[in-house]
Amino acid sequence: MNIVMLVFQAGLRDLTRNRWIAAYMLGFLLIAEGLFWFGGTGPQVALSLLNVVLLVVPLVALIFGTIHVYASREFVELLLAQPVPRRQLFIGQFLGLALPLSGAFAVGAGIPFAWHAGAGTGGGALLALFTAGVALSVCFAAVATWIALSTDDRLKGVGLALGVWLATTVVYDGLVLGASAAFSEYSLERPLLALMAGNPVDLARVLVLTQLDVSALMGYTGALFERTFGTGIGTTVAVATLLAWCAAPLALAARRFQRRDF
Amino acid sequence: MTGRSVAIAIVASLAAYAAPLAAADLTVGAGGAYRTITSAVAAARDGDRIIINAGTWREATIVITAPNVTVEGRGWPVLDGQGARGVLIVAADDVTVRGLVVTNTGVSTLDDRAGIRVRDARRCLIEHNRVRDNLFGIYLQRSADCVVRDNDISAHGLSQTTSGNGIHLWYSPGARVENNHISGQRDGIYFEFSTGGVTTGNVSEHSQRYGLHFMFSDSCHYERNVFRENTSGVAVMYSHGVVISHNRFEHSWGAAAYGLLLKEILGGEIRGNTFTGNSTGLFIEGSSHLAIADNDFLQNGWAAKVLASAEDDHFTGNRFAGNAFDVSTNSRTANSTFDGNWWDAYRGYDLNRDGVGDVPFHPVRLFALIVEEHPASLVLLRSPMVGILDAAERVFPVLTPDALVDHHPLMRPPR
Repeated sequence: MNIVMLVFQAGLRDLTRNRWIAAYMLGFLLIAEGLFWFGGTGPQVALSLLNVVLLVVPLVALIFGTIHVYASREFVELLLAQPVPRRQLFIGQFLGLALPLSGAFAVGAGIPFAWHAGAGTGGGALLALFTAGVALSVCFAAVATWIALSTDDRLKGVGLALGVWLATTVVYDGLVLGASAAFSEYSLERPLLALMAGNPVDLARVLVLTQLDVSALMGYTGALFERTFGTGIGTTVAVATLLAWCAAPLALAARRFQRRDF
Repeated sequence: MTGRSVAIAIVASLAAYAAPLAAADLTVGAGGAYRTITSAVAAARDGDRIIINAGTWREATIVITAPNVTVEGRGWPVLDGQGARGVLIVAADDVTVRGLVVTNTGVSTLDDRAGIRVRDARRCLIEHNRVRDNLFGIYLQRSADCVVRDNDISAHGLSQTTSGNGIHLWYSPGARVENNHISGQRDGIYFEFSTGGVTTGNVSEHSQRYGLHFMFSDSCHYERNVFRENTSGVAVMYSHGVVISHNRFEHSWGAAAYGLLLKEILGGEIRGNTFTGNSTGLFIEGSSHLAIADNDFLQNGWAAKVLASAEDDHFTGNRFAGNAFDVSTNSRTANSTFDGNWWDAYRGYDLNRDGVGDVPFHPVRLFALIVEEHPASLVLLRSPMVGILDAAERVFPVLTPDALVDHHPLMRPPR
């Protein structure tokens, strides 16, 4: 466990020395506080922040994560020359990436809400928003790690990361929209439910929306979502699926790290 | 009967007939001559005043048949229907009822029990009463030119099927309904076949169904009322020449809830109202020649849904802010016009600084149109992809209705 802590601390020091992560945190702080500043109520700020979270968190986690893993390559190789278990090294390295990322989001976006004492946002909605942000940070940090460990070409790696970002935030929803138009004669509520679970970004969005009362806008589908995700069991299932979306790429990255010939 | 008592009776009745203007006070309860309201009502003549002192009165349904009678409570006497019957019926012209607590008619599926019912009587005045937990609160049937004001009407723990309306008007033209507070009834205020009424300053909230519901009631005015957190909002149908101004429609939230639903309304004004936090602010179906001006649409799901069956409705001077969708329609042609409104989504500029944007505004988002055609796609609400789609459509409008456009969007909010 010593080694986990050691590598984690090294990564943490590396990141805190890096101005990116501070700027990232400050960015969220300014956006959230700015939304309050311009007369937003708590639920409105949460809703606007949701859009930022859905776009920015995956992007930063992917790009920043890939660059970070590439940059720490020599450090990892140096440590691997020592008698160090690879698993611990990997865990330390990943924690050193994922914790600052999710922490920066949680602190940056959290301070304004704490300052305004939630400003009328329901506890469930706040919890959902921060769970979604943290889960997306972890999930896409894992994807970034996996990508960086899979290709040696850095340019290709960053390109892939960008591709994953586009695919999950935009292209996937485009396909869902196309499908819902093409098969509009059929009852689509349940298939759409499955499709939403098939993309962590959509899952995070729906999880937050069902906690805010805008879900009433979503008509019959929204009602089904509310019944599915809004209940205790449904929320648990949604969060579990979101965790699975963190665990799957992490497992892939860990395997890649174990077998890789550095 | 002795000769003497006969003489007294004759004198008494002569006095009653000879001096109808010298109205008598008939007092019921502590210190009064009457032990029951029923006996006082039976004795009352034209112009008399029945004063009911504090206490709880459990009597058979009280029917007022003498005209020009005033029934007045002192210290809020309670008239209890014991869950078994309507409480008070006014069946004479020019009757005033005030200061009573009327309660507990119970629920019946056979008769429309009412706390206070006015039947075939003109010019009644029902004011300052507390009407509690009745099937119907105040029920006017075939009673013209009545005034219902400053009453506090509430019902609790009822469902839509076991509840009646707060103020119910049926074939009662020329009514004034003013400054009442109604909560928890089926429909707060209900007009049917009642023309020329004026409804002002009422608060109608937490209704099981509609805060205000009227049908076949032409030329009515609805002003400065507040309709709040009603299960289905407000629905008005099948009427001509309706004026709805300076009301507040707030927080009707749910899959089938509307701030204000207009169906088959021909000619009228919707002016200066505020629609806040409704899932659909204003829903217009099959209504034409309406002037919809100077309203505020704030934080609604859909600010206005205007179906293709609505023709020649003109939106002007309205303010749209913080709505998920500003305008939605089910057609690519536009039968209504938008001109000179303020839209928070407007991103145009104003080079000559005349306060009117130089670029027209298309209030129907592409996504709104897609949703109208394929409701299932609503799962993508707030997806970043939808934002990109809308932005692209705004730059190159291809699919959204070309005719549905505000050519003179305001640069600054009008209010």
